[in-house]
Amino acid sequence: MNRRDMLKHMVAVAAMSTASALFPGIVFPNSQFENFISEESLTWKKSPCRFCGTGCGLLIGLSKGRAVAVKGDPASPVNRGLCCVKGYHSVMALYAKDRLTKPLIRKNGQLVETTMQEALDLVAQKMKETIDKNGKDSVAIYGSGQWAVPDGYVASKFMKGGIGSNNLECNARLCMASAVTGFMTTFGVDEPMGCYEDIDHADVYIMWGNNMAEMHPVLFSRMLDNQMRRGAKIIDFATRTTRTSMASDKSILFKPQTDLAVANAIAYELIRNGWLNESFIKRHTTFKKGKTNIGYGLEDKFAFTDEPKEASFEEYKKFLEDYKPEIVEKVSGVPAKDIRFLAALYGDPNKKVTSFWCMGMNQHTRGTWIQNLVYNIHLLTGKISTPGNSPFSLTGQPSACGTAREVGCFTHRLPHGEVTSEHDRQHAADIWKIPVEKIPAKPTYHTVEMFRALDRGEIRFMWIQVTNPMVTMPKLKRYRDATKKEDRFIVVSDVYPTPTTDIADVILPSAMWIEREGMFGNSERRTQHFEQMVDPPGECISDAWAMIEVARRLGYKDLFPWDKSNHVQEIWKEYSLFHQGLDHQMATYEALKSNPGVMWPCPDGKETKWRFHSKYDPAAKGGSWDFYGKPNGKAWIWIRPYEPAAEIPDDEYPFWLNTGRVLEHWHSGSMTRRIPVLHQAVPESYAEINPDDAKELGVRHGDKIRLTSRRGTIIIKASINERGVPPQGMVFVPFFDESLLINELTLDAFCPISRQPDYKKCAIKVEKA
Amino acid sequence: MPVKSYLAYPADGKRDELTRSLQKLPGCEIIPSENTDVIVLITDTPDAEAEKSLEEQLQSMESIKFLTLVSGYEEDPMPG
Ligand code: SF4
Repeated sequence: MNRRDMLKHMVAVAAMSTASALFPGIVFPNSQFENFISEESLTWKKSPCRFCGTGCGLLIGLSKGRAVAVKGDPASPVNRGLCCVKGYHSVMALYAKDRLTKPLIRKNGQLVETTMQEALDLVAQKMKETIDKNGKDSVAIYGSGQWAVPDGYVASKFMKGGIGSNNLECNARLCMASAVTGFMTTFGVDEPMGCYEDIDHADVYIMWGNNMAEMHPVLFSRMLDNQMRRGAKIIDFATRTTRTSMASDKSILFKPQTDLAVANAIAYELIRNGWLNESFIKRHTTFKKGKTNIGYGLEDKFAFTDEPKEASFEEYKKFLEDYKPEIVEKVSGVPAKDIRFLAALYGDPNKKVTSFWCMGMNQHTRGTWIQNLVYNIHLLTGKISTPGNSPFSLTGQPSACGTAREVGCFTHRLPHGEVTSEHDRQHAADIWKIPVEKIPAKPTYHTVEMFRALDRGEIRFMWIQVTNPMVTMPKLKRYRDATKKEDRFIVVSDVYPTPTTDIADVILPSAMWIEREGMFGNSERRTQHFEQMVDPPGECISDAWAMIEVARRLGYKDLFPWDKSNHVQEIWKEYSLFHQGLDHQMATYEALKSNPGVMWPCPDGKETKWRFHSKYDPAAKGGSWDFYGKPNGKAWIWIRPYEPAAEIPDDEYPFWLNTGRVLEHWHSGSMTRRIPVLHQAVPESYAEINPDDAKELGVRHGDKIRLTSRRGTIIIKASINERGVPPQGMVFVPFFDESLLINELTLDAFCPISRQPDYKKCAIKVEKA
Repeated sequence: MPVKSYLAYPADGKRDELTRSLQKLPGCEIIPSENTDVIVLITDTPDAEAEKSLEEQLQSMESIKFLTLVSGYEEDPMPG
């Protein structure tokens, strides 16, 4: 097969895969899949996909020092050889023409080229000057779930063990912080108990505000395959009609924020019908209640601490009287019969049920609560931690779990545990060989508050790495203006120019993905290693190595003694010390290199597919379930009410604004918009509007409309009856387009427990432009 | 040197006609699904101009209900 034939084969396989996702059960002649790219000229190496948190295993085809082809890795249990359209084109993200290859520093308002050594000297000097003048909490690092594990680990050690500040946050705060607090409050430990294999065992999948057909297409195609082969049922429970709705067995729409009420109504029905697993509830759960009317974090320095109190089953049952289906129908718009239908699926003892969710439940001003309430349903029925019975929180970024959550790149976290715990600080200090006093015991700023502190002047230096907050922060103008204030110094490490590099004083060009060695951790606790396969262009270096260079310049050589040639291996060894023990043992470096990913915990090299059940999890004791994250081994069933959104449509701003993503573009689009075929497929953002609303406004498909909130305005093309259809009174806008910044309009309200903003609900008005 | 793949959907009852027309077009290869009307179309054209003209021909075919671009390489990803 020559190169041209190989390209043809690649695009054909991509088309057949896409067709499989769109048309469940579609069959192509087998011969088309045989003999796929076995040509002599390429070397194939394994890597996780650069893009989403599904973490598909890829094989990267290398030729003459370049990555030139991609196919799904048939050995990967994640995707079994499949990819989505982003994965197939992922290597093209390495080679767009405007790749940043030289460091740039701002002089007299202009960015000018410099050498890497000079740029790193300047970063170190500015960091030192800022600390000397304003204290150690005046500098901050802001990273993301796109950091490979070594990047996040170096950032944590540098900030918490070196500088001695908890000013470390990452974009994952905007993406899955509510998932973390959901796990912590219900189970006491983070990350899903199940794995993707649940899809092959479940009889029913219930998606809570989760457009998996576009956001997790490879997992969705696995669900469709199970739907076709053995009649598994897909239930879409969402606020707008999407491609997921079209492929589902049933689509149920609810009004924004009322998922809280519906979840409680399902619990009410479970109890009313006696569809409870009573022995499970008795042995493995306990009831709790927390504070109510907890606010929305709209004010600077907003503070909230929940106070869990004991509750009883009787109290819970009484609380649920307010959530009878007929009552909830009025607030949620979900017919009582559909609530009963959902309850009957969860309540059927002969059905295995997996619930999936992602941003719909995470980006929610009651994000922690809604996670608690879905866990409640699984706990009431005992449908948890066994194959096919899984409450499953998915992630958006390739290492949101592996780096952000497991390494703990948040103000309150350490690579194991939290800064507030003396035990955890001592543990970190022992591994890092530093005095424990060096690690501050008090968290500083979560992401929104960190940017507010930049605005107020408490933070004066910020190093932003591998993320694009000048596209993704809510209520964008305030935080963009903050970066431009007098005496603020912003360093940005990235691979392409973005609105965030636009506000930088120093730009460091990063080595990306397979241009360096690293590990990502996906949504099912699977750590995947990738080796350096190609040379980075120009002067690009990995973010981990850039931080090590700066840390050494600031006098922290002892913390980072590693050689460039093997620092990733050394970092992995040291980092693994944080996760010793049956409940979180990580795979060895050698095992990671030779496997298409390994799920933790993996004591004695054996990975754990389902946590919290002694049949599958060596850390679980007692012959059945053991929620060992909680002191008495019992998971918490929470009494949490429905509370409305922070901003609700009114006469002046009568529409909900809902923001999100599209299949073809990943995150803020800085990579996928540079891949011609993806860019061509969805060249610009748009506003989905309900056809009846459009008619009333006199708007046709493609017409320009003006969207205005209390914070900002944009003019954008209307999309009517295309990819997704919102209900009347809602507009949906994807956020990938940096020339149509929808976050100028969004609100910086957040869940007071997780501090994750809600990008799905604010009020706007819509006019014909 | 664009290489692209599309999903093509025939107009009602025109699957065979569409299959024949696509087979005749230079630079086109097809993989018809065995159990639906969907046809995977792969186009291989020498330059952007030829690609554009082929796209126009495709769009004007009466037997096509609609055509969705799935994947493609605008340029040879292995220069040199
Ligand atoms: S589903 Fe996600 S991980 Fe898999 S190929 Fe697509 S973008 Fe990559």
